[in-house]
Amino acid sequence: MNLNSDVGRMESFLRGRRDDGAKLLVVYITGGYEGWEAAVETAAAAGADAIEIGIPFSDPVMDGPVIQEASHAALEAGATPASVLAAVPNLDTGVPHAIMTYYNLAHHPGHERFAATLANSAIDAAILPDLPLVESGPWRQAATDAGVETIMLAAPTTPDDRLPELCAASRGFVYAVGLLGVTGERSALASTATEIAKRCKSVTDKPVLTGVGIGSPEQAVEASVVADGVIIGSAVVRRLLDGSGADGVGELVASYRAALDAG
Amino acid sequence: MVMTDPNEEGRFGEFGGRFVPETLIPACEELEIAFRDAWADPAFVSEFHRILTDYGGRPSPLTECYRLSEQLGVRILLKREDLNHTGSHKINNVIGQALLARRMGKSRLVAETGAGQHGVATATAAALLDMDCKVYMGQVDVERQELNVFRMHLLGSEVEAVSSGSQTLKDAVNEALRDWVATVENTHYCLGSVMGPHPYPWMVRTFHHVIGDEAHEQCLKLMNSVPDVVVACVGGGSNAAGIFSGFADTDARLIGVEPAGGAAVGRGVPGVVHGMNSYLMQDEVGQVQEAESISAGLDYPGVGPEHAYLSSIGRAEYPAVTDQEVIEAFQLLSKTEGIIPALESAHALAWVVREAATLQDQVVLLNLSGRGDKDVDQMMDVLGTESSQ
Ligand SMILES: Cc1ncc(COP(=O)(O)O)c(C=O)c1O
Repeated sequence: MNLNSDVGRMESFLRGRRDDGAKLLVVYITGGYEGWEAAVETAAAAGADAIEIGIPFSDPVMDGPVIQEASHAALEAGATPASVLAAVPNLDTGVPHAIMTYYNLAHHPGHERFAATLANSAIDAAILPDLPLVESGPWRQAATDAGVETIMLAAPTTPDDRLPELCAASRGFVYAVGLLGVTGERSALASTATEIAKRCKSVTDKPVLTGVGIGSPEQAVEASVVADGVIIGSAVVRRLLDGSGADGVGELVASYRAALDAG
Repeated sequence: MVMTDPNEEGRFGEFGGRFVPETLIPACEELEIAFRDAWADPAFVSEFHRILTDYGGRPSPLTECYRLSEQLGVRILLKREDLNHTGSHKINNVIGQALLARRMGKSRLVAETGAGQHGVATATAAALLDMDCKVYMGQVDVERQELNVFRMHLLGSEVEAVSSGSQTLKDAVNEALRDWVATVENTHYCLGSVMGPHPYPWMVRTFHHVIGDEAHEQCLKLMNSVPDVVVACVGGGSNAAGIFSGFADTDARLIGVEPAGGAAVGRGVPGVVHGMNSYLMQDEVGQVQEAESISAGLDYPGVGPEHAYLSSIGRAEYPAVTDQEVIEAFQLLSKTEGIIPALESAHALAWVVREAATLQDQVVLLNLSGRGDKDVDQMMDVLGTESSQ
């Protein structure tokens, strides 16, 4: 099967929203953290275009303190890939789902088995931030065969000569990493965020979303001038950590939605 | 050659690779190119060896253990990496990487450390070459290796206690990687063992090759032959890789000794973390487990990919020893030879003691990777006053 053929559910859904003139909002929530299922449903109801569900891993190297803390707490509470994934088909969201986790959780059971588990768990796409393009071929093939889209990350350091290949390999959307660093809110939008989105947009017509470092609705709007939308994670998870619960998450997501819609 | 260069993808057999966030891929490539270029440059290589000689104290001696050999019925030769400046083999790699970082125009080093030996060595190189340095160390290790924390401060380095995850070496690696992701433009990650993404496992082994080269020559000079057995402790595997590389193409048996609580090769399950595909201690779904042993420097759930390869092709063996065996070996070397070994290095001796009956009249070359000064505090707690009387 050709890795670049067929458009999956994530990509067609996001393309459709983009064609309708919307700026896209993808919301990350750590699976297995207390109250995560309600938070996912509330985020979708408040206007998220897709949900990214974190499967907690013992060594989350791309994550900053907020998501690390949530992942650690979820693991302590007994979360496993199976327990998180088993809950997803019962979630009432109406939007596509991606998982975000680390490669060893796909490597350990084996690519085919992990991809099949995702496909059977109402998961449309996968983000594996420690699986760079050079190492991703076998996994992407297995995922594609199972009908799972692999979303690739483009970094500010990714050279121009690799970007077309990376964007072509990416399915679902292209994840433009907004800054040099790990996940977490920053007080201002990094200049790298606009640059990398612009560079991606110039080589692909797939949706390009900027994530890592988005800390306010204003920054989301600023980032979306060039990008097709944003991914928010730490800002959301912080609401869960501080006890604001699903309602707090819903309010926050609604504020991003309103800002993006107002433009 | 058995310990040859990895393939283009940085693999030794099926192990190795470059499993890091996309952000770091260009930095790994840049590092690989810079390393190939530097290692082919006689001026770089000669400066490396000059510093290891004039500053580091190389070559390290080969010491014949007369009393211990007689007691065990095994002829034991020690490669004395404990006599290097900063007290362990770690300085070889660190001088190499710091010189390389300077050549690449990087002004800042970050490092992870477990026992503190690699952190101290990195802080030392940073002082020597006038670079900024930040060392990440698990909170648990900060507490059990207080002296090394103070040493790093004296040397002008910042030390950050890592309180995430298990708060030991693996979490210090995660934190150093996170730092590098954010600072890659001016910072070099000075990784402390033959682990991590390509080119680290190969580059770090190359900087430690000097251990094996010297030992090979010293053995020929002493007895006109190579030893029957070469043994070293294995955390990530750098001191073992260094000494193995001098004997991999001989008939010598190669033995890498892991702690029972951190036996990555022993359990033999491949996994991917910290940039590499190698043997990794993990639970039934793939979460990385915490290693636990008496020596902070071996508390690592993974192992360098080349060791996974050497094990998979049957060229090297990776047995494990218990903390109790290590405590006994630690005291034995102190009392019979007047050498207090690092707890890490005592693992290698513990294996020799246990296997002595099967090694009768053989020659065993043991890499004494470090000295035990850093461990006496901890051993005072373990042994109580018994040995101070
Ligand atoms: C003296 C000594 N030996 C061995 C090690 C383990 O490292 P490696 O397996 O890379 O040689 C350490 C690590 O801190 C050490 O300090």
